[in-house]
Amino acid sequence: MRTIIFRTIAPYLTSLMVLFSVFVLLRGHNDPGGGFIGGLIAASALAIFGIACGVASVRRAMVFHPMTVSGFGLFMAALAGTLSFFQSEAYMTSQWLIFHMFDVEIPLSTPLVFDIGVYLVVVGAIGSIALALEERESD
Amino acid sequence: MTPAVIDDTTLYAVLAPFAAAVVAPVLTRWFKHNAAWPLAIVPALIFAHFAGFIGPVSHGETFVASRAWAPSYGVNFSVYVDGLSTLFALLISGIGTFIILYAGGYLKGHPQQGRFFSFLFMFMGAMLGLVLCNNLISLFIFWELTSITSFLLIGFDHLRSASRRAALQALVVTGGGGLALLAGFIVIISATGEIEMSTLLASPDIIKDSGLYLPIFLLVLGGAFTKSAQFPFHFWLPNAMEAPTPVSAFLHSATMVKGGVYLLMRMHPLLGDTALWMTVLPVFGGITLLVGTFLAVRQTDLKLMLAYTTVASLGLLVMLTGTSHEKALEGAVLYLLAHSLFKGALFMIAGTIDHEAGTRDITKLGGLRSAMPITFAAACLASLSMAGLPPFIGFIAKEVLYYGTWGWPEMGLAVTVTAVVGNALMLVIAAAVAIKPFFGPRIETPKAAHEGPLLLFAGPVVLSVTGLGLALIAHTTGELFVGPTLSSLLGEFTQVDLHLLPTSFNAPLILSLITVALGALLFTQLDRLRNLFAGVLTAIGWGPDKGFDQFVAGIVGFSAWLTRWLQNGKMRTYMVYTFGFTALAVLLPGYLTGSYPAIPKMPDYRFYEWGIFLIAVLGLVAVLIARTRLTAIVSLGIQGFAVALFFMMFGAPDLSFTQFMVETLSVVILALVMTRLNLSPRDHRPLPATLLTGAVAAGVGLGLTLTMLAITQQPFDSRLSDFFAQFSRTVAHGRNIVNVIIVDFRGVDTLGEIAVVVLAGLCVLALIRVRTKPDRPAETPPTTTLDAQATEAS
Repeated sequence: MRTIIFRTIAPYLTSLMVLFSVFVLLRGHNDPGGGFIGGLIAASALAIFGIACGVASVRRAMVFHPMTVSGFGLFMAALAGTLSFFQSEAYMTSQWLIFHMFDVEIPLSTPLVFDIGVYLVVVGAIGSIALALEERESD
Repeated sequence: MTPAVIDDTTLYAVLAPFAAAVVAPVLTRWFKHNAAWPLAIVPALIFAHFAGFIGPVSHGETFVASRAWAPSYGVNFSVYVDGLSTLFALLISGIGTFIILYAGGYLKGHPQQGRFFSFLFMFMGAMLGLVLCNNLISLFIFWELTSITSFLLIGFDHLRSASRRAALQALVVTGGGGLALLAGFIVIISATGEIEMSTLLASPDIIKDSGLYLPIFLLVLGGAFTKSAQFPFHFWLPNAMEAPTPVSAFLHSATMVKGGVYLLMRMHPLLGDTALWMTVLPVFGGITLLVGTFLAVRQTDLKLMLAYTTVASLGLLVMLTGTSHEKALEGAVLYLLAHSLFKGALFMIAGTIDHEAGTRDITKLGGLRSAMPITFAAACLASLSMAGLPPFIGFIAKEVLYYGTWGWPEMGLAVTVTAVVGNALMLVIAAAVAIKPFFGPRIETPKAAHEGPLLLFAGPVVLSVTGLGLALIAHTTGELFVGPTLSSLLGEFTQVDLHLLPTSFNAPLILSLITVALGALLFTQLDRLRNLFAGVLTAIGWGPDKGFDQFVAGIVGFSAWLTRWLQNGKMRTYMVYTFGFTALAVLLPGYLTGSYPAIPKMPDYRFYEWGIFLIAVLGLVAVLIARTRLTAIVSLGIQGFAVALFFMMFGAPDLSFTQFMVETLSVVILALVMTRLNLSPRDHRPLPATLLTGAVAAGVGLGLTLTMLAITQQPFDSRLSDFFAQFSRTVAHGRNIVNVIIVDFRGVDTLGEIAVVVLAGLCVLALIRVRTKPDRPAETPPTTTLDAQATEAS
């Protein structure tokens, strides 16, 4: 699989896919997309990068262990639900904060934070599986 | 007479011991063994509370109190107070008071004394609940609680393997019987529609007329016989003597083992007085009585002798209950009362002797009467009651029960002979327990024997004196205790007239004289008898106790075999089982009910829809004819993409999107697993195996298709869809309803889902990291979790 063409194109392809995955994640509330699908796209990106340039470079690029990312995502998703306590509402009641920047409406909300958590969980879990499978016995 | 409703005090009285169980360790830390004094206040107060019921109950009044527990199932924490439950509650709390004191003295300085108190109190609460509960299901819960707490108490000395085995054995036998009882109760509830004992007792023929009498009878008997150690389940009780003596005195003589007898007496108006009842109970009770006394004579250990006579006494009680004859039942009630008093006292005395002299072997004991005068006096009183000699309650009980058995028209003679032989042997044991350790020349014991402290002799003295006192005021005893209890057994108000002295020279008196003469004769030949019985037993060799071990070994062997068969480490086997059962689960209901969904007529597809359909089919064909595994995996992806296209066209873009990604990743990961496992590129399965897996796959596919068709043909309930469509935009500020449901409306669900994803990731990682042994093929990661997630997300 490690042809020169593939290795040259892989970083760009991966960057594009990760970028696209973030785009899909953020637009999920109104259009097809969301944390789960975004996460799958990003995980595929990692897998492709791993196949092309080796697992070690992916791990370097990610800084954190994929499972750590996954765990943090779960933590973040659980935390997003607790913000409603400050409004004396039930767990997971969505809170919205809508402000305007350069005449663009920017909605921030706890479901968005929650969705980012989902995204990180999927990236971490699937990514770590894929990477672990790509690794040879030696490392 | 309908029961009067009372306040919740009685409910709290049942729960009080549990509260005491929490406090006990703390108090024990502060006051050491003297914590027994404040702790004993709890059962004493409970006793006082139930003593308040004696008067009204003796006039035939009954009481209920109730609190909802799990109302949707009709389970209430409710109590029913009548003669029978009052007598039992008084016995439990009264004897319990002295047991707590005794435990304080017996386990003095034991590092875990606080824990022991806790367990004792928990048991006391469970036992009180058992005898007072009106609701069948909560009765069962307390019933099993007594099994569990008795497990903890028998196994208290958990460093010895003998006590661990005894505890486990008691739990398996009594717990197993408890499950049979639960089944019996459930049958009763479904057959009669009643869940409270008091309403059942209000219409006594309800079970006999339900047509399910036989299964109910057998299941209730399963519970009662195991709890009350009836033959062939009698073996666990003597083994339970591994427990510290306070436990033996409380659980295995006075209270818990009477639980089965209590149940039989409680259900007597409902189940009794039938041919079946009057055959099975006397037969098994009689066998238990003879076997118990027979085995008791063989023993030289004080506690074991008492344990086997307890088995025998329980047999006698069951036999008498089985006669359904009023006078014999009266004898049973009297004997129950007498037995609890003398046997509790004798067990404590045996414990005191063990504690002070250092041995329980009667051949190594003698001449203790001067060293332990108070204990000796109590032993005499209790033994005389056990032997059934006047002027003790044991004597009155024996007179009445002989009167009952002699007058029983069905099998009077056989039952009477059994009772006489059993009682004669019982007298032998009583004499042995009272005479051997205390009379004769002083034998050197491991410890220099002297009288125990107040904590140790308070119980035996009070209990044995009570046995004398109740007999001296025989008439009042009959009025206050025996009469009301007998009323519960007969289901109608009855009064009894007891006398200490026989009024005339009648059959029971003659039988009593025969019993005493036979007993005295046998006692002189005790050593010879012991050797004879020991010889007989050696000749038989095999008993239920050994059978229990074989049974357990058999179960362990069976489960090992089953595990080898089910979990052989081959991925393919697991897949075949899992999907095979899935196929059965979805296909069988339709097949059994014969209700298949109608096959819808084919709609007019457009040409490109046909095209996609063709691609999917081609993908499948490619999978089937693929030469190498890699080709097959990729071909499977083709079919997946075609399905994703369908989702896209029929308005599920999110689902389609997810499906695309999952298919892609599945192909990538499967290919990676292939390289990782070093599988041969081709499939070398023999044809039969391929056909089998093919059949399973086809079955699952067909089953799911039919299920889908059946579901889509149901009328569509659009309430949820309408709700989400209405509020997705307005409340959750999102146009993508699917996603809004996932992250907002059902957010907690999704939180659970992603926790599963994290766990699955961790597990797969662990599986990959495992060094694969050469003889065991490694498992492939379950890519199904991805698909499951994808469908969840739709």
